[in-house]
Amino acid sequence: MGSRKKKKTTERRKDGTGMQRQGRSECRVVGTALRKVDATAKVTGATRFADDLSLPRMLYAKLLRSPHPHARIIVIDASKARALPGVKAVLTGTDLPIPFGILPVSQDEHALALDKVRFVGDPVAAVAATSEEIATAALDLIDVQYEPLRAFPDAIDAVEHPDPSIHDYADAGNIHKLIDLEFGDVDAGFREADLVREDLFFFEGNTHLPMEQHAAAADWSPGGRLTVWSSTQTPHYVHRALAKVLELPAARIRVIACPNGGGFGGKSDPFSHEIVVAKLAVLTGRPIKITLTREEVFYCHRGRHPTLMWVKTGVKKDGAITGMHFKSLLDGGGYGSYGVASTYYTGALQTVTYPIPRYKFQGARAFTNKPPCGPKRGHGTPQPRFALEVHLDKVAEQLGMDPAELRLRHLVPPNSLTANWLRVGTMGLGRCIEKVVAGSEWKRRFKKLPHGQGIGLACSSYITGAGLPIYWNAMPHSGVQLKCDRGGGVTVFCGSTEIGQGSDSILAMIVAEVLGIDPGHIAVVTGDTDLTPVDLGSYSSRVTLMTGNAAIQAAERARDLIAPHAARKLEVPAERIVFADGRVFDVEQPEHGLGFAEAVQLAEAAEGTVGTVGSYTPPRSAGRYRGSGVGPSPAYSYSACVALVDVDPATGIVRVPKIWIAHDVGRVINAASVMGQIEGSVYMGLGEALMEEMAYRGNRNVVHKIPSLLEYKSPTTLEMCDVVTYVVEDPDPNGPFGAKECGQGPLLPVPPAVANAVYDAVGVRIDEVPITPEKVFKALRRKDKGEEPRFGPTRFPEIPWPEPTRVPPPWEGGDGTAVEQSVGRTVARHA
Amino acid sequence: MPDAKAKIALDVNGEPIEVAFAPHKTLLEVLREDLGLTGTKHGCELGECGTCTVLIDGTPVLSCLVLGLACAGRRVKTVEGMADGGVLHPLQEAFAELGAAQCGYCTPAFLLTADALLAETPRPAREQIKEALAGNLCRCTGYLKIYEAVELAAARMRGENAKPARETLYGQP
Repeated sequence: MGSRKKKKTTERRKDGTGMQRQGRSECRVVGTALRKVDATAKVTGATRFADDLSLPRMLYAKLLRSPHPHARIIVIDASKARALPGVKAVLTGTDLPIPFGILPVSQDEHALALDKVRFVGDPVAAVAATSEEIATAALDLIDVQYEPLRAFPDAIDAVEHPDPSIHDYADAGNIHKLIDLEFGDVDAGFREADLVREDLFFFEGNTHLPMEQHAAAADWSPGGRLTVWSSTQTPHYVHRALAKVLELPAARIRVIACPNGGGFGGKSDPFSHEIVVAKLAVLTGRPIKITLTREEVFYCHRGRHPTLMWVKTGVKKDGAITGMHFKSLLDGGGYGSYGVASTYYTGALQTVTYPIPRYKFQGARAFTNKPPCGPKRGHGTPQPRFALEVHLDKVAEQLGMDPAELRLRHLVPPNSLTANWLRVGTMGLGRCIEKVVAGSEWKRRFKKLPHGQGIGLACSSYITGAGLPIYWNAMPHSGVQLKCDRGGGVTVFCGSTEIGQGSDSILAMIVAEVLGIDPGHIAVVTGDTDLTPVDLGSYSSRVTLMTGNAAIQAAERARDLIAPHAARKLEVPAERIVFADGRVFDVEQPEHGLGFAEAVQLAEAAEGTVGTVGSYTPPRSAGRYRGSGVGPSPAYSYSACVALVDVDPATGIVRVPKIWIAHDVGRVINAASVMGQIEGSVYMGLGEALMEEMAYRGNRNVVHKIPSLLEYKSPTTLEMCDVVTYVVEDPDPNGPFGAKECGQGPLLPVPPAVANAVYDAVGVRIDEVPITPEKVFKALRRKDKGEEPRFGPTRFPEIPWPEPTRVPPPWEGGDGTAVEQSVGRTVARHA
Repeated sequence: MPDAKAKIALDVNGEPIEVAFAPHKTLLEVLREDLGLTGTKHGCELGECGTCTVLIDGTPVLSCLVLGLACAGRRVKTVEGMADGGVLHPLQEAFAELGAAQCGYCTPAFLLTADALLAETPRPAREQIKEALAGNLCRCTGYLKIYEAVELAAARMRGENAKPARETLYGQP
């Protein structure tokens, strides 16, 4: 890239683990477009996904799911199913009575419903049989009597009707979680403003739609060891859930994460089917497998929360924000999942792009009778980012400012603290905006294209890994072990999970870089709780940064272990030893050296088996208030996007021919993977912008309208746009070789950029996604009639907000703690 | 009760074989369960996603919608039949090189669909590639690297010494 900085990055690094010792120019592997370590297996069909497993004497499992959105279970009679030839076991809720859930604060799921079902598709019973056909036939023989209860089809309904309660725990009625955080006096901010604007937005729920249906297999050895294979992004959390629910020692359970056929967050929870096959393996003493149908994958869901948002912002004439108040209401579905974290995330990252001196966030998550929502690519942040970026587009118009200029003038400075105490390190948003503005010829096109054509801009930021673990503990988030073979090969063991993002390759490239060997000489073993040290999982864009830093530490320790022995042999001081090009040599006379394998052999002869470990724990976050655990990250990535649209005023159909995207990735590790992640994010953002939605028949039993790949619209080759990608590098001291995330952030600016472009094209505001033709058409009709040229939500319901947690922003003093604890709360809290 | 098995003879990846299976089974099931060819994947088993695409007599078909019995005497090609011995097919090579396979789950189907396209159209325009691949869903790549890989492989299959463009792998300057 022509714009690459020439300066070395070494001097930017602080001491400690995971810091590179070589500048950019010395890198041989990092920054190149290396063929991924699993590429050949994937193009030959050799990769073994969970459903590709087959074990001798294997049984098949099927789940019976609820036909009711909300009902009490009166009685289950499985006697006929048990009597069917070929059926080996039937399970119901009472066989697995211990609750589980991904977050410690919401252990509200049962592998099979215990007394109540909470959505159409909630698992109720399970069958193990000698074939899938027999298992399916047995499901029809299980008689379940239900007492239907009033069902809640959406969040507003759940907020306004506390009875009957969906769960016996909640912050208020059917409101699962209530958050009220205040960072400074926003009303004072509004009084200082030249313009104060309020807007309402709605982001419809959508789902991950991985091409691979979830599958899991289990095997129980008579010696008392359980092995579970699963298409999971989080084997460590599955390991914990299995130990808890099955009441088995974790030391006797092995969880193997198979390569995931797409995850996007949808395989991050421990699931009913994983626990059920494990239990059935124990009960039957035979290996067993379950593969969900596509319809069932829609019921697993854990996708984007439908989110209603209200935002009020005060700005000066030059666009400087004086205060912001943001409210969100999330439709959580039937269970907690990651929802408490998702709710915090809808209010966390507004502050890391443009300075907000005073900020207030109120968030609520309602339980409803639909499949549970959870983390989908961008986890809780695409919704508020859509709201914020469209809102700012309107602000810019009112101020008579170019929206790109407004953003460029007001960027959060690098190495600063935000009002909510997030520590921003490197910040490349300005360069991202400049790239897409130049590339798209923004100034020539904005407000100047013919009617029906438009161009829109939006920006975003995302975390590079959550600063805190999901369950409180003081241990590392990522661990790596290295084994150096006397033949010169190196094996990297790490608990990370390959879901297509290229995490296995990152490990090989980083270790190859540090040890100066061919990445092809490195074997990678990942995602196996028996073999690999814990990595928390493939979520929150944490893997490259955290496993990368752990891998650097392990590889540097291997280098430190080997170097003295090479130095002794070469008769030079150890500090002059360099590892590169498969050799270990004297930096002052490069021809004087050894092969890497020979160096390992010298070390092994002197020290015994050559192996090292490395680990990574994120830096402590600055905030000390309740709720400060969501939002902190070792580094924030930044993206800017320009979308070009064609809108047909006669039909409301929106086509997106081209998108320009610039992403601040800190530092590229694998160039091809970075491009793939950015393009894939743009694709998924485009789908969310234009067509993807989890739609239910609210008046007809809250049944999912479209649990199929045909009816759930996602972009095909015919809808996908051209993408011009700019990779912006500004190495971050916390990242491995300076790398930040790139797998989620570039999704975020796409929906608001498209919405802003639609406005530029035809002058109507579509304040909700997906931006379907009927919404555009309705807004155009309103415009024609002289009404407000807009489609979007019109009210935000009354919510019983708690007393706010008041935390002074850094510039008002304090140390990140709340000045007064929440008092006078009227609603009971349960763990 | 399981059905009595039916037996057919067909050509799979250039080898004549005989296989016996329950007669209601789809080609997808026969390939994966009776022949152990798990390279062919499934995403819906309803003919909606294209993930189970294989070639029958050179034409892409959805193996989840074809009965195994209907394949007697036919020539079936799966992803396992693409490489020539230990040498990858140029499409496989290009997919690996450009990162056109991310999770890899839809990849076998894209490879075979593209294989059929290039057999008929050695120099496809971008629009022809999009048209040919419109029935295959991919959630990882946004299809762009797939188009570029098909174009790269097509050029190499025409005997050109093609290399990926720098912006394909590194982005625009």
